Amino acid sequence: MSDQVTMKVWRGDTDGGGFHEFAVEAREGEVVLDVIHRIQATQANDLAVRWNCKAGKCGSCSAEINGLPRLMCMTRMSTFEPGQPITVAPMKTFPVMKDLVTDVSFNFEMAKRIPAFSPRPPDADGKRRMAQRDVERSQEFRKCIECFLCQNVCHVIRDHEENKQHFAGPRFLMRITELEMHPLDTGDRIPLAREELGIPYCNITKCCTEVCPEHIHITDNALIPLKERVVDHYFDPIVWLGRKIRRKG
Amino acid sequence: MADIERHGYDVVVVGAGGAGLRAAIEAHASGARTAIVCKSLLGKAHTVMAEGGIAAAMGNVWSEDNWKVHFRDTMRGGKMLNNWRMAQLHAQEAPARVLELEEWGALFDRTKEGLISQRDFGGHRYARLAHVGDRTGLEMIRTLQQRAVSLGIDVFMECQVHRLIRDEDRVAGALAYWRESGRFVLFRTKAVILATGGIGKAFQVTSNSWEYTGDGHSLALWSGADLIDMEFVQFHPTGMVWPPSVRGILVTESVRGDGGVLRNSEGRRFMFDYIPEVFASETADTEAEADRWYDDHINNRRPPELLPRDEVARAINSEVKAGRGTEHGGVFLDIASRRSADYIRRRLPSMYHQFKELADVDITAAPFEIGPTCHYVMGGVKVDADTAASTIPGLYAAGEVAGGMHGSNRLGGNSLGDLLVFGRRAGMAAAEYAAGLGAEPNVEEAEVDQLIRRALEPFERSGGENPYSLQYELQDTMHNLVGIIRTRSELEQAIEAVGKLRERARNVTVEGHRQFNPGWHLALDLESLLTVSEAVARCALLREESRGGHTRDDFPKTDPEWAKVNNTVRKKGDEVNIEQVPLPEMPDELKTLFEEPAK
Ligand SMILES: Cc1cc2nc3c(=O)[nH]c(=O)nc-3n(C[C@H](O)[C@H](O)[C@H](O)COP(=O)(O)OP(=O)(O)OC[C@H]3O[C@@H](n4cnc5c(N)ncnc54)[C@H](O)[C@@H]3O)c2cc1C
Ligand code: SF4
Ligand code: SF4
Ligand code: FES
Repeated sequence: MSDQVTMKVWRGDTDGGGFHEFAVEAREGEVVLDVIHRIQATQANDLAVRWNCKAGKCGSCSAEINGLPRLMCMTRMSTFEPGQPITVAPMKTFPVMKDLVTDVSFNFEMAKRIPAFSPRPPDADGKRRMAQRDVERSQEFRKCIECFLCQNVCHVIRDHEENKQHFAGPRFLMRITELEMHPLDTGDRIPLAREELGIPYCNITKCCTEVCPEHIHITDNALIPLKERVVDHYFDPIVWLGRKIRRKG
Repeated sequence: MADIERHGYDVVVVGAGGAGLRAAIEAHASGARTAIVCKSLLGKAHTVMAEGGIAAAMGNVWSEDNWKVHFRDTMRGGKMLNNWRMAQLHAQEAPARVLELEEWGALFDRTKEGLISQRDFGGHRYARLAHVGDRTGLEMIRTLQQRAVSLGIDVFMECQVHRLIRDEDRVAGALAYWRESGRFVLFRTKAVILATGGIGKAFQVTSNSWEYTGDGHSLALWSGADLIDMEFVQFHPTGMVWPPSVRGILVTESVRGDGGVLRNSEGRRFMFDYIPEVFASETADTEAEADRWYDDHINNRRPPELLPRDEVARAINSEVKAGRGTEHGGVFLDIASRRSADYIRRRLPSMYHQFKELADVDITAAPFEIGPTCHYVMGGVKVDADTAASTIPGLYAAGEVAGGMHGSNRLGGNSLGDLLVFGRRAGMAAAEYAAGLGAEPNVEEAEVDQLIRRALEPFERSGGENPYSLQYELQDTMHNLVGIIRTRSELEQAIEAVGKLRERARNVTVEGHRQFNPGWHLALDLESLLTVSEAVARCALLREESRGGHTRDDFPKTDPEWAKVNNTVRKKGDEVNIEQVPLPEMPDELKTLFEEPAK
């Protein structure tokens, strides 16, 4: 089974660009990335697109499909209205390099600013013991495949380039919560989250949570608890200290 | 002298998967000025896709487990063709390497006692794989990536190494290009560690990504280093088969480790019909015993579904050939009738998700179709076990690109351990070598200029062929003629076909300009794809026996003479030579491990 479809793919570079229309075949069961690859192999050899795993595991193939931020390899062609053109554009929040490829270095710079994990000493026999239920909270956040779709939709940086200086975005604020909730970690990154990485900017709109392909509850499980910790730390230091001692004990 | 970007390091690590990251961390810790160069973004390397776990005899679940048992399993799985010293070091050091990941922030699933949990996998006597659900590779790569970033190691992302440069016989540098701008970069360096992964993109149905074009294998060969065992390519028994667009995507072995069984179209658990002599004493021969084994490993033998991968892949192939396959040419994997939906979703969350989203199939509700897919190459750069040094001074190799560790067939979970153990050893040894080297090796500028000119030729030609069609033809040839079951006439045909493709590849044309141009990137990758394809086909033709990941229809038995040698590939002038070199001899005290009855 195969159909002709019309794909409107954004093409261009740092100097600008626009949508190009391609009439292309789509076969049974295919995803958007398959069709983009067919365009590349048969009509536009130099069409730039990132991908690696084609199974939703590496987070390389993020784009805006019919305006919605998604992974191209996990978006099936059968989900679209037959006969309607499908638009594929690069993520808007990051500068375009070429075609569907954007410059995501902002994210790698933010990652560098978060101090590393610093564990407490192991148990007397050299091993480390943690209960499954205690590791699960941080494990949820470690499912992140760094597709940066949440970064792409968050209005704090999507609509305000100037905020990129002092707002790390949901992915990296979540990383701070992950370390905070790690049963072995002894670090304190709460002042950093508040003063430099911008947790106060987040007004819990949950747009990030909605687009996360890993279905991580970014806002409810990571950002709101982080905000609470900031409040405790600054305005109720006793509660904060109590929580820290209980956790590390 | 070409006007290009230049950098100087002691150690350049090519690749940012588990092996490359671990190597870079160690080289940096040993005081070497270290750079990581990788062709994708950081964190996207193949290692991210690994699902099942890291094999390490920590004894957290079965206290009977220890390195000797792991060593024996590894050698048996590899049909005794493994470099014994690598298998030994791996079995001894993997537990410490796993604990080190925990030290750096990894959060493994836990046992009731709060220790790192371990799961069953094919070919491993005890539940041995440290894991995080079915996304262990993601946990590993993120942990190592975060560690490398916190140490401030320089990373060159989306920067592809094109050729290595030598000064006389030793390594002097690496010429690379930025994928984004198409501009060239010269790394002058005392040592290079190859950690580039595998070659799976030479085959049509594969679990591997675009990165697996055999670059490291080719860079080593072109520089004069030896490769061994290239005929051994692992076809994983369980890849997705339907719909066509997902064909080849991996279905983790954990589905079987956690209770899933294989059935043919008649509903029969056919693996009981395919238990080979060597594994008969440790494999259950009734369904009842196999089913009891999950809870009691001591008094029961393992289910035949958990035989090493080569056995299972061949069995599936035979069932399909005999007309007992499914509608789309696979067999059924059934976990739905054997475990509760809850259990499946908890133990195998990404498998559940993958089938649901890509194939509209609910694996908790019904059996689903699977079939073999090209997965891993056992062959690779010949290395010294203790130092990961290749046969060229200053050139090291670790991870999938290195050969020897897995012999003729790799056990699941043994790759992730391999990356850590030998990544670390490569990093240490390369740093030590660089520190001991007096003067900077010399880079011949004329050579660099010439390499750049050649790499840009596809832009200057017109009317030549499209690199995508050549890649497609190559994949088709390798799949049909050098696949799971091989035979003389087909291998000869394949070698001829690859030769013709090589001629045509000299004439490919690319459109557009140098900026992020996948057509041009592929045109360059074709050289390494063709190089490794030829090596695989020619080694396969020479080895007139069947062993592990190499099955000859015309020589169906193992041959004791071939048990003693590795096919060793080396470049001589413009020719590629293959010789049979004796395996390193295992010391007697290790030999005795194979005399005791399997326990
Ligand atoms: C789907 C899947 C599941 C798996 N599950 C398991 C499992 O559960 N357990 C297990 O033990 N093994 C598993 N494996 C195997 C294992 O994941 C791989 O063998 C292993 O990750 C390879 O790691 P590596 O460090 O050698 O290379 P990779 O992680 O592949 O990294 C290669 C690196 O080299 C870079 N590179 C390549 N060529 C160049 C070049 N020319 N210039 C610059 N950079 C270059 C790439 O960009 C990349 O960074 C699985 C494999 C797959 C595909
Ligand atoms: S919840 Fe916060 S981080 Fe997420 S999109 Fe809204 S403002 Fe941004
Ligand atoms: S949190 Fe989700 S959306 Fe954000 S980068 Fe990670 S996987 Fe992507
Ligand atoms: S290609 Fe890996 S997530 Fe899409």
